[in-house]
Amino acid sequence: MTRPIQTVALVGNPNAGKSALFNALTGARQKIANYPGVTVERKSGRMTLPSGELAELIDLPGSYSLDAASPDEEVTRRVILGEQQGQRRPDALILVLDANNLEQHLVFAQEIIALGLPVVAALNMVDLAKRDGLILDAKALENALGIPVVETVAVRRKGLTELSTALAKAADGHEIEPAISDDLDMAERRISARAMAKAAILSETRQRRLHRGLDKVLLNPWAGPVILVALLFVIFQAVFAWATPFADALDGAVMAISDWVVATFPSNILRDAITEGLLAGVGSVVVFLPQIVILFFFILLMEASGYMARAAFLMDRMMAFVGLSGRSFIPLLSSFACAIPGIMATRSIADPKDRLTTILIAPMMTCSARLPVYAVIIAAFIPARSVGPGIGLQGLVLFALYIAGIVGAMLVALILRRSAVKGDSSGFIMELPRYQMPRLRDLAIGLWQRAWIFLRRAGTIIFSVTVVLWLLLSFPQAGPGEDQVDASIAGHIANGLAVVVEPIGFNRDMALALIPAMAAREVAVSSLATTYAVASDDEEKTAQALEDRLAGDWTLPMALSFLAWFVFAPQCLSTIAVAKRETNGWKWPAFMLAYLFALAYLSAGATYWIALSAGL
Amino acid sequence: MAGERLADCELGTSVRILAVDWDHLGNAEARRLRALGFDVGAVLRLAHRGVFGGRDPIAIEVGRMTVALRRHHASAIMVEAAPDEGLHPAGQRPASNSNPESAA
Repeated sequence: MTRPIQTVALVGNPNAGKSALFNALTGARQKIANYPGVTVERKSGRMTLPSGELAELIDLPGSYSLDAASPDEEVTRRVILGEQQGQRRPDALILVLDANNLEQHLVFAQEIIALGLPVVAALNMVDLAKRDGLILDAKALENALGIPVVETVAVRRKGLTELSTALAKAADGHEIEPAISDDLDMAERRISARAMAKAAILSETRQRRLHRGLDKVLLNPWAGPVILVALLFVIFQAVFAWATPFADALDGAVMAISDWVVATFPSNILRDAITEGLLAGVGSVVVFLPQIVILFFFILLMEASGYMARAAFLMDRMMAFVGLSGRSFIPLLSSFACAIPGIMATRSIADPKDRLTTILIAPMMTCSARLPVYAVIIAAFIPARSVGPGIGLQGLVLFALYIAGIVGAMLVALILRRSAVKGDSSGFIMELPRYQMPRLRDLAIGLWQRAWIFLRRAGTIIFSVTVVLWLLLSFPQAGPGEDQVDASIAGHIANGLAVVVEPIGFNRDMALALIPAMAAREVAVSSLATTYAVASDDEEKTAQALEDRLAGDWTLPMALSFLAWFVFAPQCLSTIAVAKRETNGWKWPAFMLAYLFALAYLSAGATYWIALSAGL
Repeated sequence: MAGERLADCELGTSVRILAVDWDHLGNAEARRLRALGFDVGAVLRLAHRGVFGGRDPIAIEVGRMTVALRRHHASAIMVEAAPDEGLHPAGQRPASNSNPESAA
């Protein structure tokens, strides 16, 4: 009996190299979605079988056991058992074993094999094992486990053909009699895992030299934190310094297209829609792609190298101070790129109260969508002068905005852990994976996915919001001598809202920018660009840089107030939606919205009045 | 029982788990620790401790893994000194010792 393999799942302990193997087997054609009803990422792709047919390959979350301890592990268990709603039970499994940590990984392996599904084992990272002086006998392991064992080095694409051949053979109708009994408990499995690992190890010399050496420095109680802070500093410097030439090039390209459109087409409403709406709006956001890519590059690098877990270790003490654990550091750091992956990364936090608190404060980390807003306002109002060797005033203000977000988040966490999310201080149990040289290919795939998500957002949400705003701004058309923005529908709405935000120093245009910026913060910039483009009556003024327009129209206290608003304001529908999904209801997202808006209003107001009374 | 708490061990020493007070740990933490190989008989090495001279968190080598945890959890684990041979797969012990697992 031959039945085609349609679905294959990758299972294994965390840090077994599953993702690298998944990338090697599927290439860049991956689909990332969510399992229905839960927020665990479902990563799937297509792998080629020896017959030339394609099978869907699912990368399941890493698990230590089928006895689930986190939402991640629960999904793995349910998919393997065929209980996950909306997911076919896999026809075969690829069990990923870290050659360097067999006695640990064989515990879960026995649990998987005992299920009786066709399984092949990928003995992964044999090259690293060899480097550490560990020579393994795959045949001995094969005999002990009763399933095919293929040596692989995922990152060098070694053993992939052998793996898919073995997989096809294993799934080819033969009912497999599992060599592993399913009535062992954890302790018994551990004993036999030890025996099997021992039998499979041909020779073993000094272990973990590099690993220990690096940890000695990077986890040093004094040098470690200093290195971490220095690294974070370099990252944020790089985000600005490295991105500038690329951003300028993109900006130039958008300008050139805009000029070309103006020069080529007759002046009509469609041309205005393209230049004032599409190009002014979407263009002003797309230029931030380089910064986002660079930030994600570092985050992916820290994750792939194994350093991220060390950062969590170093940060645990500080996080404990506000009632969280080092585990919260990873989602919070990711939130500097975007709160959405950050909030999704909280699912690795086992403690529900820790997790909720982290979700609630994640939006205060300065995400990349705020960068466009900060960058434009700072460029317009803060003089580019030096306040010390290598320290520019503009950079200093930006740094202060980041710090304001972090301090705000820590204070809120401190308060929440004593009020709304009260509970015992949680634990911190976390594997520190071995250091690895990150592979360019895996980084490139990860970066491509992040960049694509951002561009898709710019192309859909930001595009439609910008166009709608342009329509609302352009109609009804103003009569002679009348201000176009005041006459428009959007102008009327903004004039109403302006009453509320006047006490914190916002004018009509700022109020107007806040509404579409609910969709995404960076839209504030495109709205301002579109508003001023519509408001200007001659071509020359339209082309005038947004920074110059702002510097002419706003006062410094107004600009500072606007910045303070954006440090806290929860202006991102996607974040609210993700928070709702992650917390299973509207209660916490509503709470998040309320407290963040209150904070934003208060801090913007305080900034405005302090700046005003300081004579700025 | 003789022995000391894992939380009080000296940095760099190899120790063997004598007993774990599972009740001292939360259910989820107990499960997680057990899944990571913290069980009676396992040989551990206290590899790193604290930041800026603080005592928390600590990093423990168990088998070929390094695991971070807090002293609060480590204090539930009773250990005795194990001779450091530089290379300890979890649970491997000198032949002269009795084997607590075979009795379990």
